[in-house]
Amino acid sequence: MPYADLDLEAGRKNGTVWVKLPNQHFDPEKGHQLYNRYLDELEYGEELGFDAVSVNEHHQTAYGLMPSPVVTASALARKTKRVKIAILGSALPLRSHPLTVAEEHAMIDVISGGRLISGFVRGIGAEYHTFGVNPTFSHDRFHEAHDLIVRAWTEPGPFAFQGKHYNVQYVNLWPRPYQKPHPPIWIPSQGSKETIDWASHPDRRYTYLQTFSPSKVVARYLKMYRDTCQGYGYEAKDSQLGWAVPVYVGESDESARREAKEHFENFRNVFVRMPLEMLLPPGYTSRESMKNVMKAKAQMFGDVTLEQAVELGLFVCGSAQTVIKTFQAHWNDMRFGNLLVMCQFGTLPADLTRKNLELFARRVLPALKQL
Amino acid sequence: MSFSESFVEVDGCRTHLRRGGKGEPLLFLHGASGAPAIMPFMEKLAQRFEVLVPEHPGWGKSDEPEWLENIHDVAYFYLDFLEQLDLRNVTLVGSSMGGWIAMELAVRDTARLKSLVLVSPAGIAAPGVLPADIFLMAPEDLVRNLFVDEKLVQARLSAPVDVDETLKNRHTTARLAWEPRLHDPFLPKWLHRIDVPVKIIWGKQDRILPVEFVAEYRRLLPAAEIKIVENCGHLPHAEKAEEFVDFVCK
Repeated sequence: MPYADLDLEAGRKNGTVWVKLPNQHFDPEKGHQLYNRYLDELEYGEELGFDAVSVNEHHQTAYGLMPSPVVTASALARKTKRVKIAILGSALPLRSHPLTVAEEHAMIDVISGGRLISGFVRGIGAEYHTFGVNPTFSHDRFHEAHDLIVRAWTEPGPFAFQGKHYNVQYVNLWPRPYQKPHPPIWIPSQGSKETIDWASHPDRRYTYLQTFSPSKVVARYLKMYRDTCQGYGYEAKDSQLGWAVPVYVGESDESARREAKEHFENFRNVFVRMPLEMLLPPGYTSRESMKNVMKAKAQMFGDVTLEQAVELGLFVCGSAQTVIKTFQAHWNDMRFGNLLVMCQFGTLPADLTRKNLELFARRVLPALKQL
Repeated sequence: MSFSESFVEVDGCRTHLRRGGKGEPLLFLHGASGAPAIMPFMEKLAQRFEVLVPEHPGWGKSDEPEWLENIHDVAYFYLDFLEQLDLRNVTLVGSSMGGWIAMELAVRDTARLKSLVLVSPAGIAAPGVLPADIFLMAPEDLVRNLFVDEKLVQARLSAPVDVDETLKNRHTTARLAWEPRLHDPFLPKWLHRIDVPVKIIWGKQDRILPVEFVAEYRRLLPAAEIKIVENCGHLPHAEKAEEFVDFVCK
């Protein structure tokens, strides 16, 4: 949900649209238009036959206008009747009190009659700069917050929770979630062994969602997830695997690329961009991963063209036939049970977003449902 | 003057320690970027003192103990360190985060201290003055912001970097100082407990912890002797070694 009216030159000059891009660049009147447009597009997703619509959380950035995905999901809970609503996800360590997440997600689940998919994330590195939360305690706080939320959803209250970061004398959730034992939990990630070990554990078996990565990287992590499950002594179901990727469907390969080019490149090279120190504050990742990123710095932090992104599988773009073929090939490799297509990205305007949604839903989705 | 290198185990933490010189003990507590080598000011001090330069838990070649979670842990660690090595009449010198540790230690117990020397210390907040955001700086920019003297910048930039140690030091710095950023909001109310002489030295052109912090120290430690060094950045001991050593020794 980008601030698509951004003065792109200002974003470029600032080096990033995260953390320190002055908020004077946000015009609330344009914001009003954008929010309502994006909500319309999400609601249209239901009409077009998507199984779920997804929202996510990012703070103090032109990249995304949803510091609280709960607000967007709440609006959708009332406007839609059938689709699942996926919050992918709430950034647990950034909350002072994780019970607020348990409560808000439970409310949406109850209001929507059990249509919530509940995603948990740690928030990206930049958000540890904006919120001041100590990144070296990020994993600890995430795990403890998760334990508190799941217990609050499932155990009869009141009970006491004794943790290191959170201590609550009376956990006694009103409302309890609609779904039994609780809404499905998904774990979106940019790829991390620690996260996979944790999410795939037999006690959890959470759906692991690899987000915005080159297709080879997606394949590697989804395989790692399956292998880890085998190590735990069980076979992963396809439904435990997901891939989130920006997609653009056009009438032809040529017109798809022409229509999407500028908007995708704005997305990748203006909205996503940030310096290494912002992306990976100390402790956010293991030091080994940090070293790998430092080695790949030139590649990761340079500009990427649409053509390169398509080649890398970072972006799926083309005619309906091409898009179907691409996903079929990847599905044969990876067997992901969940595919999240990001049909609006960067500065993609309303008319092209609608067209993209329609072409995907009418010409691609039916073929993918056969898989 | 040669320094010996050894490891001592304190509170289960194998701690890297350099030691050199003869005289009363002087314990130097390094700042965020560690103490990877013997520096000229240490050699100079070693002509007057027995100089001890440990690497803090979580830095350099020292262990990263499980118990290391906040600055208070480091203060208690060094109280145990002083006791275990049976050091008395210690001149405790701390630079930046080391100055913060020195204050946290001293508000708890000064029995083994003779005096305190704070070198552009972190540790307190001052109204309207913010430390530089060291965690958003690229490593090269951090070095550029440490010194006034361009020669020192170039020397530091061209020195070999141990990536593992740098990441480790950065990690521990964040663990102890990310939030609240580089200070302990509960420290100022106990600074009056420090009953040994305190000296404070600050580079006038400090771009990490601006010299304006000094006003707050004048208020909180009114008896402290304060020296502002001209043409000097965040590390007076490195940038103006002679002035620094004179100030410590006089």
